[in-house]
Amino acid sequence: MIGSLDISTLQVIWWVICSIVGALFLFMTFVQGGQTLLWQIAKTDQEKSLVINSLGRKWEITFTTLVLFGGGLFAAFPKFYATSFGGAYWVWMLILFTFIMQAVSYEFRKKPNNVFGSGFYEFLMFINGSVGILLIGAALGTFFTGSNFSLNEYNQVIWGSPLRGLGAALYIRPGTVFNICFGLFLVFNARTLGAMYLVNNIDFTSNRDLEERTRRQCLVSFLISLPFLLYVLVALLLMDGYGVGADGVVSMVAHKYLSNILAMPWVLGMLVVGLLLCIIGVTRTGLGIGRTGIWFGGSGTFLVALALLFTAAFNGTAFYPSFSDLQSSLTIHNASSTHYTLTVMGYVALLIPVVLAYIIVVWRKMDFIKIGVDDVENGHAY
Amino acid sequence: MEIDLASVNWAQAQFALTALYHWLFVPITLGLSFLCAFFESIYVKTGSKEWKRLTHFWMTLFGINFAIGVATGIILEFEFGTNWSTYSWMMGDIFGAPLAIEGIAAFFLEATFFAVMFFGWNRVSKGFHLFATWMVAIGSSLSALWILVANGWMQNPVGMRFNPDTVRFEMENFFAVISNPVAISKFTHTTTSSFVVGACFVISISCWYLLRKKHVRMAKRSIAVAATFGFIAAIATAVTGDESGYDVAVYQPMKLAAVEGLYDGHEGQAIVAFGILNPDKKPGVEGPEFTYEIAIPKGLSFLATRTLNGFVPGINDLVYGNPEHNVMGAVEKIEKGKLAVAALKDLKAAAKEGDDAAKAEALTRFEANSDYMGWGYMKDPVDAVPSVPTAFYSFHYMVYVGSFIIFAMFLFLIFSRRGSMDRHVWLQLLGLLCFPLMYAASELGWVVAEVGRQPWVMQGRLLTDVAATKIDAGHVQATFFIFLVLFTALAIAEVSIMIKQINLGPEAE
Repeated sequence: MIGSLDISTLQVIWWVICSIVGALFLFMTFVQGGQTLLWQIAKTDQEKSLVINSLGRKWEITFTTLVLFGGGLFAAFPKFYATSFGGAYWVWMLILFTFIMQAVSYEFRKKPNNVFGSGFYEFLMFINGSVGILLIGAALGTFFTGSNFSLNEYNQVIWGSPLRGLGAALYIRPGTVFNICFGLFLVFNARTLGAMYLVNNIDFTSNRDLEERTRRQCLVSFLISLPFLLYVLVALLLMDGYGVGADGVVSMVAHKYLSNILAMPWVLGMLVVGLLLCIIGVTRTGLGIGRTGIWFGGSGTFLVALALLFTAAFNGTAFYPSFSDLQSSLTIHNASSTHYTLTVMGYVALLIPVVLAYIIVVWRKMDFIKIGVDDVENGHAY
Repeated sequence: MEIDLASVNWAQAQFALTALYHWLFVPITLGLSFLCAFFESIYVKTGSKEWKRLTHFWMTLFGINFAIGVATGIILEFEFGTNWSTYSWMMGDIFGAPLAIEGIAAFFLEATFFAVMFFGWNRVSKGFHLFATWMVAIGSSLSALWILVANGWMQNPVGMRFNPDTVRFEMENFFAVISNPVAISKFTHTTTSSFVVGACFVISISCWYLLRKKHVRMAKRSIAVAATFGFIAAIATAVTGDESGYDVAVYQPMKLAAVEGLYDGHEGQAIVAFGILNPDKKPGVEGPEFTYEIAIPKGLSFLATRTLNGFVPGINDLVYGNPEHNVMGAVEKIEKGKLAVAALKDLKAAAKEGDDAAKAEALTRFEANSDYMGWGYMKDPVDAVPSVPTAFYSFHYMVYVGSFIIFAMFLFLIFSRRGSMDRHVWLQLLGLLCFPLMYAASELGWVVAEVGRQPWVMQGRLLTDVAATKIDAGHVQATFFIFLVLFTALAIAEVSIMIKQINLGPEAE
């Protein structure tokens, strides 16, 4: 059945699947956001343990979603995988280092004889939530602003700058500001989401101060994220983009992303609804209305991320452009796997709803009772 | 194609470093996850508080180990892209699939149910908790399945063809990829041997308790379960190891020749049970292969061909060819490979100029030798030989320890059934020894698999040198040392935490 679809349709479907996984990852970065909130909202050891244990129930899902995002792109768009990971070497390596640090921190932080002390592991978590997310944002920013590479006749990537990807945040060119703002927006959005999640997940009956501080940080983080978000949105609508003609030739097109959004009204709809949901989420958590802010903020983030990833790749656009050699730019059509592989993987992707279903079941079962002091003061806590 | 060998060497060193570090933790996870599931099943069945404490204890050690396994694992997936981008492009159409399936079908099982396993004791029912523990165990083995399908394909590339237009290999048959005999024997051999590692982990720690006369009842119970599991798994490891050896003989004869130190093949070839390699022996150079050897007549022929008098090619046969036995040597393959590389170049040039006739002609020439294209980049036929001492000694160590462990597990099983594990200090000392011995065997198993495959990253198709990212060696060198420092620091912390937890023992009644 899937095999009867033509290759272009499969490429679109696979970009949608990868985008869904990527957007889910950005929702799940509430874990990283929560990690950077730790030093501001948790004043005592017990408060820290509440926050860490609450996040600790979810960190692996975030981590795995990132891994799947990488794996999905490898299987469906191997040329992107080879070009970006091999080319923007240092960006990805630094991102990976921060995630390696995170993976041990939950388990090791409170264990006796952990060599470096719990403060060290909290610091690693902070690095993961700040530097890690900033760099992921900068890397995603290059989907719009382009990178400095070319592909030779064997499709090997020749990277044009010795900075190997760090140029996305260090190069002196207009795109850099966009990339950094995108990264900073993601950092503060993750913090906003982190606060929303914690308010939803922790039983504050015995500690109203912690709740108060968490809710305030939701508002503060959101306000800090706003200028970055506005810059990203305005710049995106104004900038020239990398258009692909019917003949496959890439050229700079004025206001490319604006015209993409206008040409795909449903993407515009997702963007607007997503932003509104985020605002509803912030008002709910930030202004003390209930505990459900995360579901609004989370689905809002998901929709906005999806809209941006669609804008980057659909409507004849190169999703991983090269500003130094336009014709080396990657599109979902020239970077993809074969029809056969996309078909096979299409069948495999039917498992994704099953995976989502059991994650939801387990999430509900585990979070039915909120995390309280009792949960963090027994031997099985992080 | 220009190749920066320094960069390739650092990339190789980095992959070896990260893979070996990762493999310090994974086999324990694979084995211990099932043992935890067995322990908890007994607890749920008997309702005994003591079995619950025992389960808790081993789960704590499992959790510490699991975290660092995850940390060291993420890098391997992305390293294919960062350090081996030419490989990722040329093989991504096939190789990316199992990696993505691993994420969808295995990692989420582990990630989701891990939280239940550790924090769900008072939140979900007993039955659901047990289910979660089993899901983590099954998830970890499924993850091994998919990554070993990927690795098996590197050892024996099947189900694909080379597309000269896109300059990459493209998948033609997914079922051939997943039913690849090498993938199956790799999966079964790797998981069963990891189960043995997990069992040895439990037995060694338990024996230490017995020696110190602490937690005696818990230790004896743990050994009883671990020895049963370990004994069955150790026998399965031997059976799957034999199958794995046969697959190597069929699909990677050069690897077999290297692990056996065999230079000149014969019919009715003997196998060297114990030997010291002659350091002066080189391909094409006369002289004995061993300075000392104990050989079993016809053993290798039986292992490699399942007949007593079958011909097993040696390194010299595979480098210089042996027409009598129909073995094509590296010398001839390189010649054919060079023709394919030249034809591909002409094909590209003709395509660029839009000369269809020249293109068709070049394509015909290319197709005639395309199976040997990878050989066209090899400079010297002798480069086709992997490091013989590394392969030979690693392999033999693995076989000795594997055989010894079957015997040891049998003893633990017998004495456990008699209930006398706590009365024999020699047995406890033996138990203490099992884990480090088996651990090293497990690591060396990967050394055999990966060093033995060299100089290829994809057997017979793509040379390791060609597969690496085009990047200055300095970058790769820098990340190598960052990994070295980071992983070493984390491993020190892990061991320190682990030792403390073992000293603390199970929680008080």
